[in-house]
Amino acid sequence: MLKLAVAPVPYHWPRARILSFYADLAKAPCEILYLGETVCAKRRALTPQDWLDLAETLRAAGKEVLLSSLSLIEAASEVSTQRRLCAGSEFLIEANDLGAVTRLRGREFVAGPGINLYNPRFLTRLHALGMRRWIVPIELSRQGLETMQAHCPVDVETEVIGWGRLPLAHSARCFTARVQGLAKDECALSCADHPDGLVLYTQNEQPFLCLNGVQVQSALSHCLIDAVETLQQLGIHSLRLIPQSEGFDAVLRTFDQVRRGATTASSAVEALGRLAPTGLCNGYFHGISGMDWVAPPQVPQGQASLDAPAPRKQ
Amino acid sequence: MELVCPAGNLPSLKAAVDAGANAVYAGFGNATNARHFTGLNFDRATLEQGIAYAHRRGCKLYLAINTYPQHSGWKQWQAALEGGAELGVDAFIIADGGVLEFATEHFPGIRRHLSVQASATNVDALDFYVTEYGVERAVLPRVLTVRQVERLLEQTPVEIEVFGFGSLCVMAEGRCYLSSYVTGESPNTCGVCSPAHAVQWREDHGTVRTLLNTVLIDTQAPGERVGYPTLCKGRFSVNGQLGYALESPVSLNAIELLPRLFEAGVAAVKIEGRQRSPAYVQRVSRVWRRALDACCANPDAYAVSDDWLTELAQLSEGSETTLGALHRPWQ
Repeated sequence: MLKLAVAPVPYHWPRARILSFYADLAKAPCEILYLGETVCAKRRALTPQDWLDLAETLRAAGKEVLLSSLSLIEAASEVSTQRRLCAGSEFLIEANDLGAVTRLRGREFVAGPGINLYNPRFLTRLHALGMRRWIVPIELSRQGLETMQAHCPVDVETEVIGWGRLPLAHSARCFTARVQGLAKDECALSCADHPDGLVLYTQNEQPFLCLNGVQVQSALSHCLIDAVETLQQLGIHSLRLIPQSEGFDAVLRTFDQVRRGATTASSAVEALGRLAPTGLCNGYFHGISGMDWVAPPQVPQGQASLDAPAPRKQ
Repeated sequence: MELVCPAGNLPSLKAAVDAGANAVYAGFGNATNARHFTGLNFDRATLEQGIAYAHRRGCKLYLAINTYPQHSGWKQWQAALEGGAELGVDAFIIADGGVLEFATEHFPGIRRHLSVQASATNVDALDFYVTEYGVERAVLPRVLTVRQVERLLEQTPVEIEVFGFGSLCVMAEGRCYLSSYVTGESPNTCGVCSPAHAVQWREDHGTVRTLLNTVLIDTQAPGERVGYPTLCKGRFSVNGQLGYALESPVSLNAIELLPRLFEAGVAAVKIEGRQRSPAYVQRVSRVWRRALDACCANPDAYAVSDDWLTELAQLSEGSETTLGALHRPWQ
């Protein structure tokens, strides 16, 4: 059965919230947990030792636990942090920059969504270097995924992002600080005020993007609930769900019910539409604009195929 | 320190060479290069002419094959490598590991430069490409401060090329999927950002609404300058405040930092703008040639001339320039 994996928390949550989030996940129907700060090195709600302690606790609770590395590495201090993470860990590392792969030479690793892995040739090279699992780049369509699966070595696991606000870009600039009129060096960690990021609207009030410090996400939540069966048939190992501050336990339960066949995808879509902060998208999977929504074919006529469930204002 | 100038077509290539470029960079007219714009780029015949023109004048030609092929399109990328090798390019500019591998195996004698689209921002990432593919030069993403560039040069054996002038990507190159989120096509997959076929300008009583696909990127009041809707340079609303939430229309200009880049050992300065006109390429290249000559002759006495700044400002987006990420406060 398709495993459910929880991506690292992309937002700057306070320590207590992170700990209670994972305390809940310890009992939740998911098998894989990725821990760590992947967006901004200035966020230090948990120390490296705290993350390791948490990882131990969750492993003892029966979860497969991995530690994820920072996505965009600029400062020498960030290089050092990554080197320590790669050198000292008994947990499998999710590399979000090829620099981490350099430091993990000779050991197994997971290639995170920050690594541009688009073709079998590079897949084979990373496999030879120790890649045990890869997270499919968000831009790969179902067709692209099928081709990659056909060429994927049998001992490499494939993980697909199935839920959440998509990581669309990273920058040297902190957009959350910029909105507040603050310089990056005096950001006061203002991203902590936005547990699901800060929605950017177009001038005709369409929720478009979501600012999360130096990361830009989609405002819409990418949702592959209706592709669960297809993904199982393609031999996908795990489906990755990106955390959000409210209703994530319900999201997880919904995906669990669908993978077990206890709920149909079409009824789950309605529930998930209510759980998404600003609506759903799945266009990337269908090879079209990522922000588009292609409804499952089972949905009764009357709901236009390209209309996402009504956005819910934050 | 080399001056590397953009060649979107043969006239631009000639303009850059004549203005004193040490190298020009170009691509084929397909998705293999990250400036896959309509009416731009080279076919085999024009590239052959371009290489001959450049080489006769002591100028090198670098071929950009810097997008990410998927299995179904692989043959096109392979053909680009083979074509470039046959025509005698001086280097390939590559982003994808698969393309790098093929170039290393089949054309080991041709230098491999790591494209900015590979998004290698740190010494360990550069080390990956040096170890695996023998990359000899890397173009740095526009995310580092000048101090971070200096630190990197102290640590890496690879030649470093930095962007000096031109349109500014506010996001780390190679890690930005905004364009495909809106249009289905991105720099990584198709060599385009905010592609022209997805742009619509709608005018109503003098007000112009600029859309990319269905997304309203900006609205210009009567008389306001209407720019191209690169989606990160639109005006959006956050917390009820309307403005350039990601970046304003502005160009990078690092000309004042030349002595620091020179002293740090930067191998080449790159001018962005393969989508620009031959006249633009000629004017920008000429100013930068003078600046590089002045800097390399005597970095201590280097002073930015007002004439250079005036000319470059005229050629900049929104007539504004910035040091971008090189200058910490921009971040």
